[in-house]
Amino acid sequence: MSKYETVIGLEVHVELSTKTKIFCSCSTEFGAPPNTHTCPVCLGHPGVLPVLNREAVNYAIKAAMALNCQIAEYSKFDRKNYFYPDSPKAYQISQFDQPIGEHGFIEIDVDGEKKRIGITRVHLEEDAGKLNHEENGDSSLVDYNRVGVPLIEIVSEPDLRSPQEAKAYLEKLKAIMQYIEVSDVKMEEGSLRCDANISLRPVGAKEFGVKTELKNLNSFRNVERALEFEQLRHAEVLDRGEEIVQQTLRWLENENRTKLMRSKEEAHDYRYFPEPDLVRLYIDEAWKETIRATIPELPDARKERYVTEYGLSNYDASILTASKATADFFEQTVADKVDAKLAANWISSDLLGYLNSEGLELHQVQMKPTHLAKMISLIQNGTISSKLAKNVFKEMIETGHDPKQIVEEKGWVQISDEGQLKEEVAKVLDHNPQSVEDLKNGKERAIGFLVGQVMKATKGKANPQLVNKLIREQIGI
Amino acid sequence: MAISKEEVVHVATLSRLKLTEEETEQYTKQLNDILQFAEKLNQLDTEQIEPTSHVLPIENVLRDDEVRPSIPREKALLNAPDQKNGMFRVPAVFEE
Amino acid sequence: MSLLRLSLKEIHNRILKRELSARDLVEESLKRIEEVDGQVRAFLSIDAEGARKRANKLDQELKEGKSSGLLTAIPVGLKDNLSTEGMTTTCGSQLLANYQPIYNATVVEKLSAVQTISIGKTNMDEFAMGSSNENSGFYPTHNPWDLERVPGGSSGGSAAAVAAGEVYFSLGSDTGGSIRQPASFCGVVGLKPTYGRVSRYGLVAFASSLDQIGPLTKNVEDAAYVLQAISGYDPKDSTSANVEVPDFLSHLTGDIKGLKVAVPKEMLGEGIDPGIREQVKRALAKLEDLGAFIEEVSLPHVDYAVATYYLIAPAEASSNLARYDGVRYGMRKEGRNLLDLYLETRSQGFGSEVKRRIMLGTYALSSGYYDAYYLKAQKVRTLIRNDFEQVFANYDVIVGPTAPTIAFKMGENIDNPLTMYLNDILTIPVNLAGLPSISIPCGLSEGMPVGLQIIGRAFDEATVLRVAHAFEQASEHLPEPQVGGIRV
Repeated sequence: MSKYETVIGLEVHVELSTKTKIFCSCSTEFGAPPNTHTCPVCLGHPGVLPVLNREAVNYAIKAAMALNCQIAEYSKFDRKNYFYPDSPKAYQISQFDQPIGEHGFIEIDVDGEKKRIGITRVHLEEDAGKLNHEENGDSSLVDYNRVGVPLIEIVSEPDLRSPQEAKAYLEKLKAIMQYIEVSDVKMEEGSLRCDANISLRPVGAKEFGVKTELKNLNSFRNVERALEFEQLRHAEVLDRGEEIVQQTLRWLENENRTKLMRSKEEAHDYRYFPEPDLVRLYIDEAWKETIRATIPELPDARKERYVTEYGLSNYDASILTASKATADFFEQTVADKVDAKLAANWISSDLLGYLNSEGLELHQVQMKPTHLAKMISLIQNGTISSKLAKNVFKEMIETGHDPKQIVEEKGWVQISDEGQLKEEVAKVLDHNPQSVEDLKNGKERAIGFLVGQVMKATKGKANPQLVNKLIREQIGI
Repeated sequence: MAISKEEVVHVATLSRLKLTEEETEQYTKQLNDILQFAEKLNQLDTEQIEPTSHVLPIENVLRDDEVRPSIPREKALLNAPDQKNGMFRVPAVFEE
Repeated sequence: MSLLRLSLKEIHNRILKRELSARDLVEESLKRIEEVDGQVRAFLSIDAEGARKRANKLDQELKEGKSSGLLTAIPVGLKDNLSTEGMTTTCGSQLLANYQPIYNATVVEKLSAVQTISIGKTNMDEFAMGSSNENSGFYPTHNPWDLERVPGGSSGGSAAAVAAGEVYFSLGSDTGGSIRQPASFCGVVGLKPTYGRVSRYGLVAFASSLDQIGPLTKNVEDAAYVLQAISGYDPKDSTSANVEVPDFLSHLTGDIKGLKVAVPKEMLGEGIDPGIREQVKRALAKLEDLGAFIEEVSLPHVDYAVATYYLIAPAEASSNLARYDGVRYGMRKEGRNLLDLYLETRSQGFGSEVKRRIMLGTYALSSGYYDAYYLKAQKVRTLIRNDFEQVFANYDVIVGPTAPTIAFKMGENIDNPLTMYLNDILTIPVNLAGLPSISIPCGLSEGMPVGLQIIGRAFDEATVLRVAHAFEQASEHLPEPQVGGIRV
């Protein structure tokens, strides 16, 4: 691979989470029965006219700002003409030469180094309907509920140099969209979609190689896999001294390969022209300021702050800030004055681990940040051991109960009473003469075993530090 | 010739129109007449002229983001030439 | 005399006095249609049952004391490109022969609010593309003045229906002259409002940046009443203007003393029939008699208007008509696959003029030709607008003929699209500039009506109507046309 440099650019579509469609007042709610969120306008009946949703424009401006774009003073809409059953007017209202935002960038981490990825443009457009293919293969059924849901298309510069960078870029993009709350960015529901352009060139070359376009990349994993596949294929073709053919390919997820969609010659002629049914947008400073004021602290800034304010590692800080929900949870936890590093550990390993293994989102579990904070306090004041805390945590996340209540109900309070523990220690020492002998002979490892036995006997409730001390006292070392 | 027969065929395909050989000949001639007539626009120097796509100096016509009831599905499908399961049926389409 | 020849005020008085009912008016209209429409063919569909039902309901409401206005119970014809829920809307196309709209156009709602009664849908050139109604996908309309001649187009059915006394007034649409030219050919009044004055919501789009809906009436006063009823900002049409609608009636003073009238020399040049020129010159003399100042001006770029229009309008049309694909509504011709379905449906559904314009427009927008054709035309459009702007800096109205000829014989221009296109040479520039303009009868030539066109500043329909009204009051009225020997 090292002979070639990979060049990747991504086109990402993000569905905006407005209440209504971009050009009519139908609901955008996902999952309604087919064709129940439609009206003459979104069905493209003869004589209908579009009226632009203000919130869609606000969201698009907000997104473009969060991606560091310059916001157009004047913007307009254009028609993109093509025949397809999912497009009721046989044209999509989109933006051609005056997008909402241009010349932006975001930063991604590449092997611990920051890398800036250019954003060519951010424009606003309408989504298409959904085609359902009948099993017998004879026909397709069209549902127009999704038609007219507002989308922004985010086009990157060809600044990405590997499938891994592409994935990191996409993750950052997703995080930013989530932070500014313009979309729920769920790839599985199609509210985040990605197409990719990829080409290879000899290392050091200035000219780009011939590119291919990849479509249907419907998960983060598929983006990476498809690009890896295509990167390898390009390299093999070039190694054979052959040339890459410019074409559009469809990623077949289950077969782990691509399929030709159309060649360069078949490329569409979209015949863009200004949409005569809509008037232009004039985005003045006041409008921009109103939107700018609604942009919260973005992932990068938040990460920096976690490092400086809480002393977290870069790694922990990026894990916590990768999603706004996680970061918010963290901040609400430490607001209760518990140790930030402990909180960060519990969230990044235990909480996220649990969500990951159960396939859940943070908002789907009942555990509250104050509960986690309380639990951490219980560890710190010695009420529960770290070991017990694992059980408490599991209970908390599954039931949403207060940790104090759990500890009391389950009787998981740590035994720190010397009198009570002395008995248990004595029993264990009696039953394990060999270990006692070893310990006396300076084999420090033996104490771990003995402490473990006491913990076992007390069902994990014994205060391990105290047990340790008592064993040493009783043996007299 | 402003437009060739091949271009007429291409334009018909883009427009999803099927032409007979005779129609192709006829449209080629007629479109040529019209396009040749349109050539007179080239007598005008428009280098410094802004194009007009709207005659009205209106901007920012925007609607509030408030949901209004959609139409009943029967109405959406009232004119459907073919339908199934509450959806519009078309010959099978793959790709894209 | 037919009830439909009474003035609006007279009808209203009789309704108030219970001497006349909505049902009487509807029956009068249906009777007249029965008598003449077999020859004129102004209608594509008649909703007799619906009209009677609406009339009965209205009569009942009036009896119960519901308030009424001047347009109450007036029988109306609607061009068949206005979306009417419950009445088939074909746009004059086989492709939409069975299309049942699922909503009403804003103008239809507005007329309903002033209690007019829709009688039927009027014939038109398919998708409003044509100047003779010979491009109707069903049958051509005949000129009530001479059944051998065309009524003009594309609102030929709307004009003929009013001229033949089948309805009291009608609505048409005007993209390049489609209200004014048939008004001129049929001897009625046709008004194209300023672009943005009347909502286009529910007007099946031909060329969106040019289309406007307007009235076809027997006289200027009626045009003012109808315009009043259909004007105004519509939140469903982003290009409808949020400007005040004046009380048009109050401007019909008959007084045009001191008015500055510009007569563009390009509009009385060689291409204009001598008979037309003569009538227009007489009309100008009349305006002068009424106290107006008449001066010749130049609109140097109007000679480019037809070429400009025939790039812009087909380009927009090619996109507007792409939705007729046999998937959601309208004709569908099955094929082996989706592409076949599209090709068969559209090839069999559209007539030859529509196909010609779709292809022309597609070409003008296609990759490699956009700048040379579409963009160039948009720039020349700016020049044409500027011409008007300069004239209107010094003049109140521009006056000239509406059409270069009287109504031509059916079949005369049908084989040569370009000749047909040139018939709109005097009306097209006005659409390109988005201005209001009226055509009113100003005499006869070879026994056929001649139209005088009065063009105003944007949103100054009031002055256009005032001039038209003053002229009308001072002129001899045209005789009524005889349809196939039946006296109106």
